[in-house]
Amino acid sequence: MFEYCADPSQLSGLTWLSCYLTTGTHFNFYWSFLTVLMLLAVTAPTALAFGFGGAMMARSPLLPVSLIGRGYIAAVRGVPDIVYFLFFVIALDQGIEWTKHLFVCDDLSQPVWNGTEFRVCPAAKVPLATSSAIWHSAYGFATAVFTFALVFGAFAANVLYGAMQAVPRAQLETGEAYGMTQRQVFRRILVPQMWVFALPGLSNLWLILIKATPLLFLLGIQDIVFWARELGSAKTSGNNPYPHGDWRVFYFLALLVFYLAFTRVSEIVLGRLTLRLSSGQATLGGEQLRKAGA
Amino acid sequence: MKKMMLATAVLALTAGASLAQDVVRIGTEGAYEPYNYIDQATGELTGYEIELGNELCKRASLNCEFVQNAWDSIIPNLQSGNYDLIMAGMSITDEREEVIDFSQNYIPPASSAYMALAADANTGEGAVIAAQTGTIQAGYVAESGATLLEFATPDETVAAVRNGEADAVFADKDYLAPIAADSNGELVLLANEVQLGGGVGIGLRETDTELKDKLNAAIQSMKDDGTLNTMITKWFGPEAVTF
Repeated sequence: MFEYCADPSQLSGLTWLSCYLTTGTHFNFYWSFLTVLMLLAVTAPTALAFGFGGAMMARSPLLPVSLIGRGYIAAVRGVPDIVYFLFFVIALDQGIEWTKHLFVCDDLSQPVWNGTEFRVCPAAKVPLATSSAIWHSAYGFATAVFTFALVFGAFAANVLYGAMQAVPRAQLETGEAYGMTQRQVFRRILVPQMWVFALPGLSNLWLILIKATPLLFLLGIQDIVFWARELGSAKTSGNNPYPHGDWRVFYFLALLVFYLAFTRVSEIVLGRLTLRLSSGQATLGGEQLRKAGA
Repeated sequence: MKKMMLATAVLALTAGASLAQDVVRIGTEGAYEPYNYIDQATGELTGYEIELGNELCKRASLNCEFVQNAWDSIIPNLQSGNYDLIMAGMSITDEREEVIDFSQNYIPPASSAYMALAADANTGEGAVIAAQTGTIQAGYVAESGATLLEFATPDETVAAVRNGEADAVFADKDYLAPIAADSNGELVLLANEVQLGGGVGIGLRETDTELKDKLNAAIQSMKDDGTLNTMITKWFGPEAVTF
């Protein structure tokens, strides 16, 4: 990066470090932090949407719809996460390609699953082998987001379901007494009031989601854990311009600081959010706010 | 409507291009210097197998692209079609032949060696030997009577010897030699070397016979004109076994 980095073997001390920390591999490492943050930024709202949908379905007066919602929550909550991250992603990937295979391939006579091999015609590959590397990464990222959202959505659904039940019945009855329809009661009374009940559970989920991001590595995405391991591993002097011993401990220490700082910031934000949502609510927190204000 | 027609046209064009020029994705581990590893300065994959793979693809007129994949899932991901070839220092063994196919070898059968903190370290009965999961070396240790300590990456196997968790590490000599040379005498290669496997070859799906023939021909042409030996000497040093 810098001009004086041309011959690293002649460098020492801080200049060596400044060159070492600006190598191509280190920039990959720095970018991977953005990957993780982006995954969280996309997954959190998606999971919340899944959760909201799941909770609404579980509460539905129609039995089949309610069963689907409850089934989704129970199935995901009851199966170890790692199974979803290993099995589900492969199943999803093969499912997509198999479906595409049925539509775009001319020759459907060959079996798709042949022993341990999974084989579709080249045109049915997602993404196509001809696509540039960026599409392969984007596809991997999208399946990761979907899997995370599915798993965390089920937990969110359970939290939201509980929160919807926790809104005092009297509040809803008041709405009905004013002549609101069920839909209006749901939108104008139930949903605005339930967040304060859902927040402790959701904040837990958010913190677990942050800690679960290293699972990305299992999905083949080069996240911060992958790069910390790669950069920290010992490098011999033969082919590497910056040889060093086993430095994984320093890199993992950096990750530790990152995760701790991130959870601390999250806690502060969530604390403020709780305060805001409590105001005007018929809860202990809301009551305390009212008294403090008076 | 115009946009849609344009999109269809582009799709048709790209589909045609893909037929004209096959894109072959090659899976590699990227953590096994000097076979395949990440260039520290640029962050790109490099190593003997990367250079060789690109040359082979040129000779076979294929359009190749390397993909990094963790070692322990490298065969399942080949089978499910995430890439088409494996070039990851994978030795040709009977066990692997049962699930995938191999091209002819591009590295001759080479020695596996033990590396320990002292030259008289025990590697037989009662010793704890570190090896990477799913390698022929791990299989050998498991049958040798020593206790096998498996790790997901080769780097961790060496770290286990350094911190005393294992008595010795057992791996390809070509991987261990630069590490031993670099350690200022802390780590030494033991004298009892072992010959394992039938050399390193390209792993393919069993159904990809056409691709296998193309690659075999390309490897043969490199063996015949001596470029393969030059490449081996370049990456593994003058003492490396050549064809």
